[in-house]
Amino acid sequence: MNRQRVFIRLAPWLFTIGLFVLWEGAVRLFNIPVFFLPPPSAVAEAFVQFWGPLARNSWITLETTLIGFALAVVFGMALGLLIGWSRTIYAGLYPLMIGFNAIPKVAVVPILVLWFGIGFIPAVLTAFLISFFPIVVNVATGLATIEPELEDVLKALGASKLDIMRKVGIPRTLPYFFGSLKVAITLAFVGSVISESVASNFGIGNLMLQAQAQFQVPLIFAGLVALAIEGILMYWAMAALERRMTGWAQRSGFAQA
Amino acid sequence: MAFVALESVSHSYAGADGALAVDGLTCAVEAGEFAAVVGPSGCGKSTLMKLATGLQFPRAGSVSVAGKKVTAPVKMAGMAFQAPTLLPWRTTAENLLLPLEIVEPYRSAMYRKRGEFRGRAEQLLASVGLGGQGTKYPWELSGGMQQRASLCRALIHEPQLLMLDEPFGALDAFTREELWCVIRDLHAARKITVILVTHDLREAVFLADRIFVMSARPGRIVVERKIELPRPRDLDITFTSDFTDIVHELRSHIVKARQ
Ligand SMILES: Nc1ncnc2c1ncn2[C@@H]1O[C@H](COP(=O)(O)OP(=O)(O)O)[C@@H](O)[C@H]1O
Ligand SMILES: [Mg+2]
Repeated sequence: MNRQRVFIRLAPWLFTIGLFVLWEGAVRLFNIPVFFLPPPSAVAEAFVQFWGPLARNSWITLETTLIGFALAVVFGMALGLLIGWSRTIYAGLYPLMIGFNAIPKVAVVPILVLWFGIGFIPAVLTAFLISFFPIVVNVATGLATIEPELEDVLKALGASKLDIMRKVGIPRTLPYFFGSLKVAITLAFVGSVISESVASNFGIGNLMLQAQAQFQVPLIFAGLVALAIEGILMYWAMAALERRMTGWAQRSGFAQA
Repeated sequence: MAFVALESVSHSYAGADGALAVDGLTCAVEAGEFAAVVGPSGCGKSTLMKLATGLQFPRAGSVSVAGKKVTAPVKMAGMAFQAPTLLPWRTTAENLLLPLEIVEPYRSAMYRKRGEFRGRAEQLLASVGLGGQGTKYPWELSGGMQQRASLCRALIHEPQLLMLDEPFGALDAFTREELWCVIRDLHAARKITVILVTHDLREAVFLADRIFVMSARPGRIVVERKIELPRPRDLDITFTSDFTDIVHELRSHIVKARQ
């Protein structure tokens, strides 16, 4: 029992190390050239060698992503509440939003560049546009799934719609909301990196594009790893926030087995 | 005039292509009376509850409560359903405070008197056998305990009208009979008007002063039966022949109502 626990603790590290070992082994075994698939050792070397630009650009990407994400949280929450509030607004906006969500965001970047020039703002907006949909949908779902009986109990007491929203709707939406943040933050990275790689002079996306132009393949992979690390850290932060804010919603023992 | 009165009420739900849920429904419940409504599934029992509390308004006929025509939710009814619908993010005692956060005059006093109200919640919990459980979350309680807490939530603001829609339907037989006694005692102590929807005839006969039997959809009252078994009633009464005779009589009405 105790041993199992220790293994669960170590599992993420063991699996990650295992992946890198496999990767290194495969590259050596099959003699794959560095410019096709560099081994982790070469990627690590690139990490050390280009530490300065990697750190600087990672920071910029992180900043861009977080600002876009923050916008998505504010607007996503607001729009989700609005949609959950009224059936008419729901009926009117939902098809529009689905259509909008279906548009590949990379296709929107040129328009953003047309309006705001290349650089920071299009990247923030792309991160925002790509990450706000899951937040809206989740908040609206939380509101739409209030038990009708509970609503009846409150209405029979003379509760207004605002009362029901405050006492039941919003608290009950929070687990959906915080759950959606995990998805949204990873999408926000996708958005900012897309925009950086087509229309910016900074950020990891841009760094990778330049590395590709100069054929520095290990540096491309170092950029990918840097992104992955940022993504994991932010996801982990959102998951911690979720646990903290909505512990009551996570009482199932299922996932702990 | 009766405390709750429905006069030739017909109702259909929006989107239900005009099919009537209840039609020509007339019934009257006196103040302080314990009324039970029985009938086949889907006959409009829950609809009757919603009409009497102003959650739905009739297409035809009239509904009045406490002498006033119902044109909005009645603002004074306590309700409990088959599902306890407690809020999982609040402790059991905090769940009981929910109605007080909505109904005046408690609502305005909530900020000042929260401590007092909380004491009252604990007392009420103790009166249904949940003493000291107020700090637990609903999901830490058994189904029967949650249902007791749900009854307390329906009662904490001292409503004049208590509406129970199959509140014991999901419980095992022993727990159900325990809760019959809880409800019986609450009704005796508070002298409130209770309307209980159930499909358990023994439950209806044990608890009620008056039983309404509804027809199949569209529902209307086909039989009204006064129950004159002496009070206070003990569970033993359910084994007497008087009791079982009434149950059999009602059953035959229901069988007819389903045809
Ligand atoms: N919200 C609703 N929308 C449309 N039809 C409904 C709704 N609620 C109930 N009905 C219909 O009205 C009829 C009576 O329902 P209900 O009062 O819930 O029956 P009971 O509680 O006796 O089982 C049923 O046929 C049901 O399908
Ligand atoms: Mg029903």
